[in-house]
Amino acid sequence: MVQHLDRLRETPSQTAGPYVHIGLTPNVCGITGVTPEDLGARMVADGVRGERITIRGRVLDGAGRPVNDCIVEIWQADAAGLYNSPAEHRGRADPNFAGWGRCAADEEGAFVFETVKPGRVPGPNGTTMAPHVSFWIVARGINIGLHTRMYFSDEEAANRDDPVLRRVVPARVPTLIGRREGDTVHFDIHLQGDGETVFFDV
Amino acid sequence: MDKRLSNLASEAAPFMARDRGRHPPAYAPGYKSTILRAPREALVSFESTLSEKTGPAFGHNIIGALDNDLIRNFAKPGEAAIGERIIVHGRVLDENGRPVPDVLVEYWQANAGGRYRHKREGYLAPLDPNFGGFGRSLTDSEGRYWFRTIRPGAYPWPNGVNDWRPAHIHFSVFGSGFAQRLITQMYFEGDPMIPQCPIVRTIADPAAVAQLVAALDMANAVPMDCRAYKFDIVLRGRRSTFFENRPEGN
Ligand SMILES: [Fe+3]
Repeated sequence: MVQHLDRLRETPSQTAGPYVHIGLTPNVCGITGVTPEDLGARMVADGVRGERITIRGRVLDGAGRPVNDCIVEIWQADAAGLYNSPAEHRGRADPNFAGWGRCAADEEGAFVFETVKPGRVPGPNGTTMAPHVSFWIVARGINIGLHTRMYFSDEEAANRDDPVLRRVVPARVPTLIGRREGDTVHFDIHLQGDGETVFFDV
Repeated sequence: MDKRLSNLASEAAPFMARDRGRHPPAYAPGYKSTILRAPREALVSFESTLSEKTGPAFGHNIIGALDNDLIRNFAKPGEAAIGERIIVHGRVLDENGRPVPDVLVEYWQANAGGRYRHKREGYLAPLDPNFGGFGRSLTDSEGRYWFRTIRPGAYPWPNGVNDWRPAHIHFSVFGSGFAQRLITQMYFEGDPMIPQCPIVRTIADPAAVAQLVAALDMANAVPMDCRAYKFDIVLRGRRSTFFENRPEGN
């Protein structure tokens, strides 16, 4: 016999299903009047600090078809590299920046976020991570939410030293790089197949 | 206090590794929608960084008075959703057994006939004009949430020729860190449809399936009004940081 570890087990994940919008973006699917605005629809308020950017992309399945029923959530630091979170102990993040956004993909599987470019954040063992945005994707047919990250094409030097990108085989790193064009950053997510996005177990 | 000597799992501590064997695999061909949506490459693992140890928080100001009353929150004034009236309550805990306070729990479900209020839903059961199917709560200081609703109906879905979902309520839960983000489904004690469901069957471990089945809780029923079901949700725990991971001599 042996002592118990007194640990609970994490509740198993189940797919969000095809009607996830009812719960996460009710106004998008016509359930109006319960909540005035869907959560995560606006990430920035007037007076936000930093460089305004728009992140645009599509989510595609293994046949290249749009995943038109998914929900994409993002989480990122503010322009100074601080998270707007009670678990952030390094300082107070920009009060005009939520850091978190949620978007229901449209018929083309497209999502869009109006946000700011994040600052750099410390990584493990004294490293510094390159600017990045964390993504989480759920949908029908996704049994457990998929975590990935978007880095920036205009941060080549920082990306080279990023402790997370260094864990990824070089041939697959481009799947994690958002392509910067002016104020827009393009980032498509391929769930499977050619150019399959790198997903993380974090 | 030197944090390296603290045996507390602080809010900024890394998460224990996720036990992937307890969750359904991405590729589960009995649930056909996974076939083209499951990544085929291995996940790249790394210990949570600040980007996963932190997560968004929501204030009580976002919660409306009827947000946790699905019987009334979409109903016309003076009317109510049709169905078996139930209360669903429980706690959000972490793997260390600690309550997780002040986190957002969102839930959605079909109506009593098994029909969702969604533009892509085509099941022939009728909509209930007084039922939207959406609600949300923030957990209290002891991690508790509760809501009132009607028991959802089972419904057929296009997978096999005759596949039906057991009665269920979908849950989305935030923790204190983005790595804890979880979506799951709650089933009802005693439902014979549970073991037949291809989505339930994506989970291999019977003990893990049991964790998704809410217990009938007659002690918390409201006499002459509604019955109650208890559904606790466990999020990933943070590990204790007895010793930081540092090269010797630093
Ligand atoms: Fe469902």
